[in-house]
Amino acid sequence: MENQQEKQEFNITVYTENQIGLLNRIAIIFTRRKINIDSLNTSPSEIERIHRFNIVITESEDVVRKLCRQIEKQVEVLKVYYHTNEDVIWQELALYKVSTDVIAEKVSVERLLRENGARAVVIRKDYTVFETTGHREETDNLISILQPYGLIEFVRSARVAIIKDSDGFNRKLREFERLEPGEDVIENEYLNQGQKVFTM
Amino acid sequence: MGGNMEVAQEILNAPAAAKEAVELSGSQALLEALIVEGVDTIFGYPGGAIMPIYDALYDYHDKLNHILVRHEQGGIHAGQGYARTSGKVGVVFATSGPGATNLVTGLADAQIDSTPLVCITGQVFAHLLGTDAFQETDVINITTPVTKWNYQVTDANEIPEVIAKAFYIAKSGRPGPVLIDITKNAQIQKFDFKGYTTCNHIRSYRPKPIVRPQYIQEAAELINSAKKPFVLWGQGVILGSAEQEFKAFIEKSGIPSAWTILGAGAIPTDHPLNVGMLGMHGNYGPNVLTNECDVLIAIGMRFDDRVTGRLDKYAKQAKVVHLDIDPAEIDKNVKSTVPVWGDCKETLPLLTALIEPKKHTEWLAKFNDYTSQEFDAVIEAELNPKTEEMTMGEVIKQLNEITKGEAIIVSDVGQHQMVACRYAKLNNTRSNITSGGLGTMGFALPAAIGAKFGAQERDVVAIIGDGGFQMTLQELGTIMQTGVNVKIIILNNRFLGMVRQWQELFNERRYSFVDIQSPDFVALAAAYKIPGKRIEDRADLPAALNEMLNNKGSFLLEVMVTKENNVFPMVPQGCSVSEIRLK
Repeated sequence: MENQQEKQEFNITVYTENQIGLLNRIAIIFTRRKINIDSLNTSPSEIERIHRFNIVITESEDVVRKLCRQIEKQVEVLKVYYHTNEDVIWQELALYKVSTDVIAEKVSVERLLRENGARAVVIRKDYTVFETTGHREETDNLISILQPYGLIEFVRSARVAIIKDSDGFNRKLREFERLEPGEDVIENEYLNQGQKVFTM
Repeated sequence: MGGNMEVAQEILNAPAAAKEAVELSGSQALLEALIVEGVDTIFGYPGGAIMPIYDALYDYHDKLNHILVRHEQGGIHAGQGYARTSGKVGVVFATSGPGATNLVTGLADAQIDSTPLVCITGQVFAHLLGTDAFQETDVINITTPVTKWNYQVTDANEIPEVIAKAFYIAKSGRPGPVLIDITKNAQIQKFDFKGYTTCNHIRSYRPKPIVRPQYIQEAAELINSAKKPFVLWGQGVILGSAEQEFKAFIEKSGIPSAWTILGAGAIPTDHPLNVGMLGMHGNYGPNVLTNECDVLIAIGMRFDDRVTGRLDKYAKQAKVVHLDIDPAEIDKNVKSTVPVWGDCKETLPLLTALIEPKKHTEWLAKFNDYTSQEFDAVIEAELNPKTEEMTMGEVIKQLNEITKGEAIIVSDVGQHQMVACRYAKLNNTRSNITSGGLGTMGFALPAAIGAKFGAQERDVVAIIGDGGFQMTLQELGTIMQTGVNVKIIILNNRFLGMVRQWQELFNERRYSFVDIQSPDFVALAAAYKIPGKRIEDRADLPAALNEMLNNKGSFLLEVMVTKENNVFPMVPQGCSVSEIRLK
């Protein structure tokens, strides 16, 4: 059944305690099924001392749901959500290093910056570093523009994503801290009443 | 040091508010913690990096019974056997490096079979971590996939809290193994021990989901409307100590019920609603009728592939009610119609209250029809053979007659395991100890030792093949030294029988490396001062079993059985449960 579902990009958001070794514990849940992690970012969350992982994989929803349950089962994981690209606001940041001479001579830098939403981070005699932030196509686009001018170095960050339909984690965390948590923390575990399907 | 200990004990006994700090080493704090957790037995093996803990243990030998095993794998399997029969957390000590890596098989076994363990490993000094120091190995990363939780302690101050968490995590929710790696400096380090408080809450960890009445209601409606309901139960019933609740549920609903091998014994073998064993070598009726029932009620089981056979042809006609404590098990293999998440100790009584009393007489009779077919085709020849050589099944049958089903049966892995699980009579829960999920050959001998320590008042009979026995036979030394009373039956068919069976059935009898020679097991036992006997004739079997069971201490009985017997029925790999073969 799950083979029939189409694979697509999913954004997995994991709220965790800050614990050494947890990254490995989460990563092996993907690797044991031989699933490649397309992008992984760990950062602080809106709550002090609670960490947030943004993980991007390309898989069917059925598999993603099982993976999320197995991640959420880890002792130091508070909560896992998964979303399609439509359900999140996401950005990646990219840096491009080019020769200042070449760029100054051959390119209308102003136009380049304006058309690509880029900015110059560093301008030195020998090189210039540009930065863009956006979706994959946008950061890719600037690569192809700069490539003819001798792109010296390129790097792109992991994806960070904000969930459109989320009111944050503060209230949930307070529930977690109670000995007998309310239904708020278990929303994912049950059938979505209307649709008769599981939601994570 | 002795003086210090007494102070510590006084402080532990005092009310919490009166507690003052007392200076203890990390090792002492660990042992104090174990005592508060109710630990009475530790299975372990010393070594360089765990020496401070063993030094502290010298002063605790009257409170903590340490069993010196012969190999760390033996230690952890013993811990598993102990946990499975006692219902308590098994505790295992091992040193760093090879000591710790020798635990890995047992951890994987305990992880897949949900066995609560706390394993303590020594580790090199914290300042040596990452330097390839002597006997240093990255135990935390090696054991991450095979533990429910693991943690490295580098400062003695962490010990009380970490040990409390370890026990709580190991035994709560779906149980599992926890490994705590303690660097040598933390074992030695003195710190202000302020007493030990057990843990009952970790904010990021929810051991069991909240029970929702709505799903209980929906499940009850499905069950009440069912014409041909069928219950599958697993070890969850035993782990949740829900045997009575389970019995009440099936007796009120009148539903035929079948077990996974780890669920065996939760209700007695001869209970009228117990229709037998599921899975690849399970009983005929339960497998075939899985694909005929209209409502399948799975309780504390996880639809292992050895139970389901081919998934896309598994119970497709049925509505599925799945009761499990672990959310990750719901819809993992079999899609549920109604998920009843929660501890079955809580959910079963709620469900029982809502179901109508029924007797599914005709439906139950159908199971019995299949049982008689299976009896004629398989069971009769296995239990009452006309062959000259003995079968494994008749040994189990004879054993049943003598023990009356009161013994704890510990089996290893292979043909004898399937035969033991199929035919052993079990009157009591926590009586079938075997390596279910991982299928670890060599499990039985050390697990039987632990099983006996976990249930001293009961008879423990280990049933082991000639192959598996040779994987951990060094634990005969543990039996010799501790005098633990374990009865060992080796069912010797001079083959690695299960692999041979597959080679016969699926590889055109190309017997590739399954012909295994054995030492003189009786002489071997004698070398360990364990009496033994080898029998080849059927006529000698009852007397030999009686001699074994009546012997005061351990006894090894080697029974020569027919070489090329096959375990049937069998659901061949890749086949549906209804395609089960009787020959």
